Amino acid sequence: MATNPFHTLPPPQDFAAGASPTQQTSRRVRLNRVRRHLWNHVVTGLAVLSTVIVIAPLVAILGYLIYKGASSLNLAFFTHIPAPVGEPGGGMANAIVGSGLVLGIASLMGIPVGIAAGVYLAEFGRGSWLASAVRFTADVLNGVPSIVMGIAIYSLIVMRQKHFSALAGGVALAIMMVPTITRTTEEMLATVPHAIREAAYGLGVPRWRTVLSVTLKTASPGIITGCMLAFARVAGETAPLLFTAFGNEFWSLRLNEPIAALPLQIYVYAISPYDEWHRLAWAGSLVLIVLIMVSVTLVRIYANRGVLKGAS
Amino acid sequence: MSSPIISIAQKPRQTDPSGGSQGSPAQLDAPEAPKSPVRQFLMSRSSGKAADTTFSAIMLMCALSIFAIVLFILYILIARSKLSISQFGFKFFTRSAWDPVSGDFGAFPFIYGTLATSLLALLMAVPLALGVAVFLTELCPQKLRAPISFVTELLAAIPSVVYGLWAVFVLVPLMRDQLGPFLQKYLGWTQLFNGYNFGVGLLTASIILAIMILPIISSIARDIMLAVPISQREGVLALGATRWEMIRMGVLRNARIGIVGAIILGLGRALGETMAVTMVIGNHPEIPKSLFSPGYTLASVIANEFSEATGDVYLSSLIEIGLALFLVTIVVNAIARALVWAVTRGAPARAH
Amino acid sequence: MGVGIDVENLNAWYGSTHTLQDISLNIPANHATALIGPSGCGKSTFVRCLNRMHETNPIARATGVVKMGDIDIYQDANPVEIRRRVGMVFQRPNPFPTMSIYDNVASGLKLNGFRNRAILDETVERSLRAAALWDEVKDDLKKKSGASLSGGQQQRMCIARALAVDPEVLLMDEPASALDPVSTSKIEDLIFELKRQYTIVIVTHNMQQAARVAENTGFFLNGKMVEFDSTHKIFTNPKDKRTEDYITGRFG
Repeated sequence: MATNPFHTLPPPQDFAAGASPTQQTSRRVRLNRVRRHLWNHVVTGLAVLSTVIVIAPLVAILGYLIYKGASSLNLAFFTHIPAPVGEPGGGMANAIVGSGLVLGIASLMGIPVGIAAGVYLAEFGRGSWLASAVRFTADVLNGVPSIVMGIAIYSLIVMRQKHFSALAGGVALAIMMVPTITRTTEEMLATVPHAIREAAYGLGVPRWRTVLSVTLKTASPGIITGCMLAFARVAGETAPLLFTAFGNEFWSLRLNEPIAALPLQIYVYAISPYDEWHRLAWAGSLVLIVLIMVSVTLVRIYANRGVLKGAS
Repeated sequence: MSSPIISIAQKPRQTDPSGGSQGSPAQLDAPEAPKSPVRQFLMSRSSGKAADTTFSAIMLMCALSIFAIVLFILYILIARSKLSISQFGFKFFTRSAWDPVSGDFGAFPFIYGTLATSLLALLMAVPLALGVAVFLTELCPQKLRAPISFVTELLAAIPSVVYGLWAVFVLVPLMRDQLGPFLQKYLGWTQLFNGYNFGVGLLTASIILAIMILPIISSIARDIMLAVPISQREGVLALGATRWEMIRMGVLRNARIGIVGAIILGLGRALGETMAVTMVIGNHPEIPKSLFSPGYTLASVIANEFSEATGDVYLSSLIEIGLALFLVTIVVNAIARALVWAVTRGAPARAH
Repeated sequence: MGVGIDVENLNAWYGSTHTLQDISLNIPANHATALIGPSGCGKSTFVRCLNRMHETNPIARATGVVKMGDIDIYQDANPVEIRRRVGMVFQRPNPFPTMSIYDNVASGLKLNGFRNRAILDETVERSLRAAALWDEVKDDLKKKSGASLSGGQQQRMCIARALAVDPEVLLMDEPASALDPVSTSKIEDLIFELKRQYTIVIVTHNMQQAARVAENTGFFLNGKMVEFDSTHKIFTNPKDKRTEDYITGRFG
């Protein structure tokens, strides 16, 4: 950006020495060119500036998180349940385990359905209007606020059973995972070269076996990564759990009882008035962020191998 | 006639006993040789037609489950909000009452709050997001490209509650102690910054929202811009354009529709954002009079009051708000996706 | 032992394009038959009709009678059964990337449920020997992935894979076109050996290859079969002027 905007211009002319109209016009052209080049640099600068401004919050958030969270993170965090109000110490062990359970239920339901739907889109429905409709709906569903999922599952399960439960939380997260996994599975299957499928067909392998043992197997690293991405995304979701899993201060591993979850606990502690709980909230956030960063990084690595973007 | 090919063909190998005749007709040489175990096995296997049908049926059902999910949510939300709908009708969304005690509910303040925060957030986020997109696709040196886009992806992956936590303990004090007074001092004449500044309120919520929707707008805008063919860029450059002019005429002009789609997607995200906004908006069911006033959004009121909603009408009203949120975000997202699809021509979008 | 193939009035379409028009010919058992013709003349489509691979494309269809042995493959059998009797080698080698060499060669059996270890081992060795690849890979059978071999080796492995299912017919769609001359000549030697046991149909755009390897040759042009006769006849005294033009290089 230190380049001289004038470096491409011809040397200035001497108008006093009776320059011709052509030479005078070129002066206007020259000024115009200067303006264009200046504008070019201004915009370039703005683009760079905005990039810097965008990166700043991440650095700020991460930095602050690590600063606040790391000091609060100790072994007790991972092994103890919350201490009674006012008492120091305690941890979020029950929330971590609870998140694990709820996420486990969600994955058990969401991953097979999502992968199967993705298989349909990539292998059986290619080009059909139904597949396009499913694809479009999945994308739209991805944009629905998660709290809506929460109150829908509340109405379906919690109201009927008259109590909150880990199961309800799992279902709420599962319906969030399905559209994401469907799309990533479809993308990954599309990267499998058709020649591989033809090789299997040519050997007389039936369609279903080809899809399972050849196509899915070839695309499996990418598919697994897609599942991890969906997993990481719902791992941080609070809203759908507010009225389904609800949270629990104590140990609970029962499917039919309210259960603690990490993001839920962070939320409750963050808006509480107790410093000790704030500390725990920071620590919990750090744990959550680390989990998510690992997943995003792994996705990046696989994205460079396969083709996650359709364009270019 | 002798063709040049025959000379090559006359290699010693070509001494074939059948002498080039048509060969024996379509019959197996008698006697039939015993079939190998491999052949026997393969002949005994079924063709798997039944399994194929079952398999594709299962896959289809799972694909249809996506429709089922949408329809189910719609159904249940409508069913449970019937009470509120019958009681308040459509005026529900134009009235400003919100009194759980007397049972009088009107959702207008929440609509106002949602729209105000979302639009303010867009105002802040869109220029920055487009700047980043332009930078990453056109101006960025190759080596920096991967780390910076990685960083924007990370930003998108941070959970809402963590943003909220940071906003509560960093952004709110910042607004209360530094940013707020600064704005009041220099921009107070706009009448936008009147009233007490406690740090929480419309502006703080808009800022954190802007930070949250920025990555998604940016990355989709990037995908759109990358979808513009290189020939467009080169054509403009060949006419003697500067870098920026090339971007403006060669890329942005073609990508206009898709970029609008990206912005609308960001809007969709902003409309439904719950946790971070809830933590910093002040949760006051009144139309905010200044940027510092507390407000309330559709998503926040549900998050805050749902579990304490006593009374069927109360609950039903909240569910009706949820229904409204559902429908609005679906429509907004559908429009946005259609616009994006029109530019990328149905190439698989990244799962955002 | 191979079987002969009888084709009567075969027509094929891709969508609305009439790719093959009224093809009738007789492919003799245990001989190699070459199909030549310029690009896009339909010879690949024809070969894919012989094992019903043509149908894997949703907008493709075919009518006519194709008799393999005494079975009409379109009326009397379903595609999967036919493809188990017919081996196919494609233009570009397409090994299964997630499988080892052993698993690749055995895939026709394993993916169809075959379990007997001893017979699998024996079949893999036999097929790799028949494909002239055994010596090069025998030590790495289970260690190396199928995709890690060179192009020529991959294609020979694909041939071994096709042979492992003990087919009666071997279809080869320009098997050496993506390979270097050394590999090409190895594959041609292979075909020469194989035709004793199998019926081979080889599509090639290389006329010298056809002349070297096949007893009979068919010349395709624009979806029609112009001439089908012994290789010697086609290349020295073709009946049709178009054949002569093609042979002498006037087009294609």
